[in-house]
Amino acid sequence: MITVNGINKSFKVAKRTAGVGSAFKALFRREYTDVAALSDISFSIGQGEIVGYIGPNGAGKSTTIKVMSGILVPDSGTCSIMGYTPWLERVKYVKHIGVVFGQRSQLWWDVPVIDSFELLRDIYDVRENEYRSNLSLLTETLDLSGLLGTPVRQLSLGQRMRCELAASLLHSPSILFLDEPTIGLDAVSKLAVRDFIKVINKEKGVTVILTTHDMNDIEALAQRILLIGKGRLLYDGGVEELRGRYATDNASIEEVIVQMYKEYQIS
Amino acid sequence: MKAYVSIFKLRMANGMQYRIAALAGVATQLFFGLIFIMILVAFYRHSGTEMPITLPQLAAYIWLQQACLSLIMLWFRDNELFQLITTGNIAYELCRPTNIYGFWFSKLLAMRLSSAILRCFPVLFVAFLLPEPYRMSLPPSPVHLILFIVALILGLFILVAISMLIYVSTFITMSPTGSLLIFALMGEFLAGLTIPIPLFPVWLQNIIYALPFHWTADFPFRVYSGHISAHDAWMSLPQQLAWIIVLVGLGMLAMRAALRRVVVQGG
Repeated sequence: MITVNGINKSFKVAKRTAGVGSAFKALFRREYTDVAALSDISFSIGQGEIVGYIGPNGAGKSTTIKVMSGILVPDSGTCSIMGYTPWLERVKYVKHIGVVFGQRSQLWWDVPVIDSFELLRDIYDVRENEYRSNLSLLTETLDLSGLLGTPVRQLSLGQRMRCELAASLLHSPSILFLDEPTIGLDAVSKLAVRDFIKVINKEKGVTVILTTHDMNDIEALAQRILLIGKGRLLYDGGVEELRGRYATDNASIEEVIVQMYKEYQIS
Repeated sequence: MKAYVSIFKLRMANGMQYRIAALAGVATQLFFGLIFIMILVAFYRHSGTEMPITLPQLAAYIWLQQACLSLIMLWFRDNELFQLITTGNIAYELCRPTNIYGFWFSKLLAMRLSSAILRCFPVLFVAFLLPEPYRMSLPPSPVHLILFIVALILGLFILVAISMLIYVSTFITMSPTGSLLIFALMGEFLAGLTIPIPLFPVWLQNIIYALPFHWTADFPFRVYSGHISAHDAWMSLPQQLAWIIVLVGLGMLAMRAALRRVVVQGG
């Protein structure tokens, strides 16, 4: 369903040392360094899988998600998702995916949530009965009934994240990309989000790829993890095997991951 | 198409909420209209030669400028779009199955129209009641009125197409200030918003007629006052259309180039 092959992506970053002197120098001659965000990333994911994508900050997780969702164009490599190359056939392709960026909002700040939902319905051209059934399912599983009429700016982070999740699923996508969906959430909201991901994966067969720093998310959801560090894919396999590999007695998943980061020298 | 209509409607509804801003705008526009006409009246009174445009025509020109301010000013902008680009929230716009150019174009059209609807009628109403020589006059014939409305709408498309270039430039510069200043200042001058175009020296007028800016304001206003005859106005409409095609084409190409190398800011 998803095949990623040899993806490379680097960014140009302007660099200078601190101070007015070097700022002045940079007026005339700017120095750039190429930062390799992704180097030679390959993997494939089957339908209905939940895959956890982990790695330290700046490892390239979000970049991978952005490449896979058609937002960024990689420098080289191929990627085929449901037969599309995301960055070449962006408009046709994105109809089939849902994306949530935990640190951003896709809802209109000043209008009630339901207005954003209806706009999304029109943007994705969702049929009315499909929209209604999706909305009622989402309202029920995410407990949104009290929130739909509230302007987004007055929602708490947890409430907003639940609405964001709903917003990304109104058009019944087959793949859901979640970039840190539990960031900043309290325990109750985290559990709600996790349960919800399980439900849509089971009931609607949605393939889920999520990045997170919360290893409990991984443990609760993913059968498989991809570990990325400094732009390279370091591990691709089951959560249990990983635990087996670093089988110190009853180590928590958190400790296992820390050990792994240490071994790969990416922390 | 539904997506573009829907964003247009939502943006209209959103824009019409700001009643107090509109009221303040009306007061400002009345003040500026009066001042501009006062200056021109003094100027006309002390000039010996025959003027290229009559004072009543000029009064209509100024009042239409003030009433249609949000349809013709390049500095009238949507900060949300700039923020999308500079904060990286454009990620969400890019994972929608819409052409971003068309999507933003509809947004900008709606923003300008909603603002103009709230402001233009009160300004015109007062302007029609003022004593001579400040009074706003009626167009010489209904044909002029119809041609004026068509020219104004086509002009609005030209203006939004120009402003799209400012938004696209922000992908490269990361700050709207520079391009906004240059475009706004040059555009206003060349559209006759600082000094009415008929009062310019002929050599400068010839340069101005070769550029797109005067089609957005100067041309429709002179059609209204009868300074441009109905026949000439009719013959000029294809030129407006041609500018729309050229500018939209240019903007789409620039947008495509910008998106190919887009960097989503802030992780």
